[in-house]
Amino acid sequence: MYVAVKGGERAIEQAHTLLAEMRRGDPSVPELTLEQIQNQMSLAVDRVMNEGSLFDPELAALAIKQAQGDMIEAIFLLRAYRTTLPRHGNSTPIQTGQMRIIRRISAVFKDVPGGQLLGPTYDYTHRLLDFQLAVNAVDTEDDESEPEVPTATESASDDSELAAVLSILENEGLVEAPPVGEASETDITRTPLEFPADRATRLQALARGDEGFVLALAYSTQRGYGRNHPFAGEIRSGAVPLAMEVEELGYALPVGELLMTECEMINQFEGSAEVPPTFTRGYGLQVGLSERKAMSMALLDRSLRTQEFDEEVESAAQDEEFVLAHCDNVEAWGFVSHLKLPHYVDFQSELELIRRLRAQREADGDE
Amino acid sequence: MSELTGYNFAYLDEQTKRMIRRGLLKAVAVPGLQVPFGGREMPLPYGWGTGGIQVTAAIIGDDDCLKVIDQGADDTTNAVSIRRFFAKTAQVATTEVTEDASIIQTRHRIPETPLVSGQILVYQVPIPEPLRFIEPRETETRKMHALSEYGVMHVKLYEDIAQFGQIATAYAYPVMVNGRYVMDPSPIPKFDNPKMHQNPALQLFGAGREKRLYAVPPYTDVVSLDFEDHPFEIQRWDGVCELCGADDTFLDEVVVDDQGARMFVCSDTHHCRSRRGEDA
Repeated sequence: MYVAVKGGERAIEQAHTLLAEMRRGDPSVPELTLEQIQNQMSLAVDRVMNEGSLFDPELAALAIKQAQGDMIEAIFLLRAYRTTLPRHGNSTPIQTGQMRIIRRISAVFKDVPGGQLLGPTYDYTHRLLDFQLAVNAVDTEDDESEPEVPTATESASDDSELAAVLSILENEGLVEAPPVGEASETDITRTPLEFPADRATRLQALARGDEGFVLALAYSTQRGYGRNHPFAGEIRSGAVPLAMEVEELGYALPVGELLMTECEMINQFEGSAEVPPTFTRGYGLQVGLSERKAMSMALLDRSLRTQEFDEEVESAAQDEEFVLAHCDNVEAWGFVSHLKLPHYVDFQSELELIRRLRAQREADGDE
Repeated sequence: MSELTGYNFAYLDEQTKRMIRRGLLKAVAVPGLQVPFGGREMPLPYGWGTGGIQVTAAIIGDDDCLKVIDQGADDTTNAVSIRRFFAKTAQVATTEVTEDASIIQTRHRIPETPLVSGQILVYQVPIPEPLRFIEPRETETRKMHALSEYGVMHVKLYEDIAQFGQIATAYAYPVMVNGRYVMDPSPIPKFDNPKMHQNPALQLFGAGREKRLYAVPPYTDVVSLDFEDHPFEIQRWDGVCELCGADDTFLDEVVVDDQGARMFVCSDTHHCRSRRGEDA
């Protein structure tokens, strides 16, 4: 006999209990601490902060722990917390020229004023599993052989600003000038995204967009789907001073530093009867050491500037609505995952319809 | 249920609620118009009712009594989860009795029990744009609504008739609201569409992921799109509910054994139980 699907409440409670057990894993293995995650999984923390749109390494580490390492779940947790936070004011725009550099490379010149600085990067590592790391407590062994690693503070050449590589080309007028004046102050976490969006709004959406999605679409531009001939003009990572506007004070109050990664791409040139051929640019900015995402973001920023350059929209990466409406992984996974919810009423409606259609077809055939 | 500390009443901060209520007022003033709003991230996933939850959070007060249904049932896991969310964050009274509820949040159904003036029905909406599957671009559909350019929708319905001999849309069946806007009634079965028409209750719609609000004020015309020679009709079943004997309700088909035997029962669990005298 029909057993009503009662007991949803108890089922949920049991599921939560099982989940807590699964998250903890074998209780004989020590539990992860937030410090461990923050220190030893810092790139995961960076990603969660970027796509969670909240700079808080400790909470990001907590989210990763709570989500069992599921990045999208962690991003979701952080965002659901962020959305409840009151806004006390705005920071002044950060100046990446003031960055205390720990890494800075340019692919368009052999050397650049201020120098190329490789910094901590996986770029030239050989991807060979290091079985040493599999041995417990590898770092308790003698540390005599350790190379001298410059810290972020030491490696910054001096306090003076380090000019952007693209400014070399700007001075010659070879690359378009960076946009000046008022950027839109739309906050896409407070006001709904509307199309067409301006560039600042697009950059906001890309900055919190899914790394995999942004990467894949950026990649597609390199394979001919909205090609824009990119060069990595400059990629820099380091600590940037952060200041906040406090109305009562009348000046910007320094509140700390942010570790950030910035990427400026130089792209194929544009020109017209009035304007000589000029390189265009694409921009990417992320907190932490998030180079893959910053580069991908810069490629998409450029490919989405079709209206400014009167380019035809031919590919997905150039289609603003397509990219912006689908780059948010919390939205995307939410809607895909909702297919797990019961749909039996709609399905029943379809069943009734399909049976009627088939019956009618049979009846028609009999005539 | 234990109170949730560190959060405002009904989770959202008061300014966000005010923003949502302003959007709702506009939506009520222009029935069927999709009003963009600054949808927030909610602690439940997008697609699981974040729009409806935000609307409910914006309008709920101490003295409200909340009912939540999914597929017409109070005891489906998502309905339980959302009801618990408000019991926890707002400490409000909850009920399964349609008549007792001041706010009913729903996914995919309208209760069988007729609603009365003063009640509010909050719909969870996945895709608010009825024209979306005909025209994927928001910039285009916005223009089409502005110009009341709904020809493509009728063409789509006509193509159904040409292909299947009838309109092959069984749920999320498009409606014309107040003679002006074509609106998506959310994925309710078309069986429920007639209940929207001239309903004494206020009907609010929230789409969280798409960040849109819309509304049908009490006693508003809601007409399902059709043709003179192919009038709108609702689903019919040959049998009656095998639990309560109702012959005028939406029936779920329940597979009861491995041999594929089925039984048909009301999808509205409260309505069915009260007909059987199980609810006082």
